[in-house]
Amino acid sequence: MSDNKDMMPLWEVFVRSKNGLSHTHAGSVHATDAEMALQNARDIYTRRAEGVSIWVVPSAEITASDPSSKGEMFEPSGTKIYRHPTFYDIPEEVGHM
Amino acid sequence: MYTQALNDPSSKIATVEEGEEKLNDYFMERISADEKIEPNDWMPASYRKTLIRQISQHAHSEVIGMLPEGNWITRAPTLRRKATLLAKVQDEGGHGLYLYAAAETLGISREEMQQQLLDGKARYSSIFNYPTLTWADIGSIGWLVDGAAIMNQIPLCRCSFGPYARAMVRVCKEESFHQRQGYEILLALCKGSAEQKAMAQESLDRWWWPSIMMFGPHDANSTHSDQSMAWKIKRISNDDLRQKFIDATVPQAHHLGLEIPDPDLKFNEKTGHWDFGKIDWDEFKRVLAGNGPCNRERMEARTKAHNDGDWVRKAALAHAAKQAARKSTRKAA
Repeated sequence: MSDNKDMMPLWEVFVRSKNGLSHTHAGSVHATDAEMALQNARDIYTRRAEGVSIWVVPSAEITASDPSSKGEMFEPSGTKIYRHPTFYDIPEEVGHM
Repeated sequence: MYTQALNDPSSKIATVEEGEEKLNDYFMERISADEKIEPNDWMPASYRKTLIRQISQHAHSEVIGMLPEGNWITRAPTLRRKATLLAKVQDEGGHGLYLYAAAETLGISREEMQQQLLDGKARYSSIFNYPTLTWADIGSIGWLVDGAAIMNQIPLCRCSFGPYARAMVRVCKEESFHQRQGYEILLALCKGSAEQKAMAQESLDRWWWPSIMMFGPHDANSTHSDQSMAWKIKRISNDDLRQKFIDATVPQAHHLGLEIPDPDLKFNEKTGHWDFGKIDWDEFKRVLAGNGPCNRERMEARTKAHNDGDWVRKAALAHAAKQAARKSTRKAA
């Protein structure tokens, strides 16, 4: 939809809620350029001190994994339970490890 | 919100080949397992259409809803009330934007939805076709209209469509201040002079029934309800929500010392609910059909704002195109 030049492109908004935390996806805004996207994101997603930093990314620039290949994509990690600490038996008398 | 640009239109074509029926069964399985449906997942065309209609109407209501309250920003009685009202109206604009973005994930553009509103093809909540004649109306809107909206929106936080549910979580968090500030306005008036209290009562007299109608027709006459319940877009029926709202609101009115304009209103010891009088559905239909007190005024104001903003949108696009061109020539040089 952003290929129509009369329409404002869509941007995805990521907000860092406070120092020490990573930016997380908050939503999206329409804007003609990056500066406007930042200003709109500020007005729409941080009206109540929800953030200390904002990233905006053109939605069209995001590459997403295909939901229909969810199986092939994520199944391998599901079967490798030996990657989790609980897979290994440690005698109780050894204590917390 | 949530990346409409990632919707791949080719996936819709694939579904027909795979067999619509099987996909629909799988879809309903996911719905009954309380899974959230996301924009890129397969969904029945009618589910998509229903959501686009509902979410866009919800968005239009937020945007049109700014008009009756905006009417009092310059005349708010104190600076505190003015700052509050400005913040509230700004919130409503924000809610409209979250909702347009949620609808856009279904493959419709914001421009298209706005055009439907301007062309009179899309509706908005009929409550906003009533005028704000006195300052007390700003109190009544916050207390009753936002109160009724919260009742409606809380179950929508659990709606089966992910982007709509997430937008509602955000909206509900912000809406609570709206209801409280409205009640506070009425509380101040009711503790004031006899004239101020009369103003509060007169306002409640006008807003009570339209607020009750916000929950829509009785369950037996609600056209879209059954399907929406089956899809878990709607979680609680119109009549149940209305009863919940009345049960919560009547004691609040009593606390204000105001009388609810319904002679049949009576607490039912057996059911534990407040019984209420007959709703004037003719009025509801009349306002919905475009003949409420302010339908034309609202659409004129919205159309004027849209047209007046046309040059701003064009200038912003032209500026962005010029900046981008300049950047690419600089790169080439």
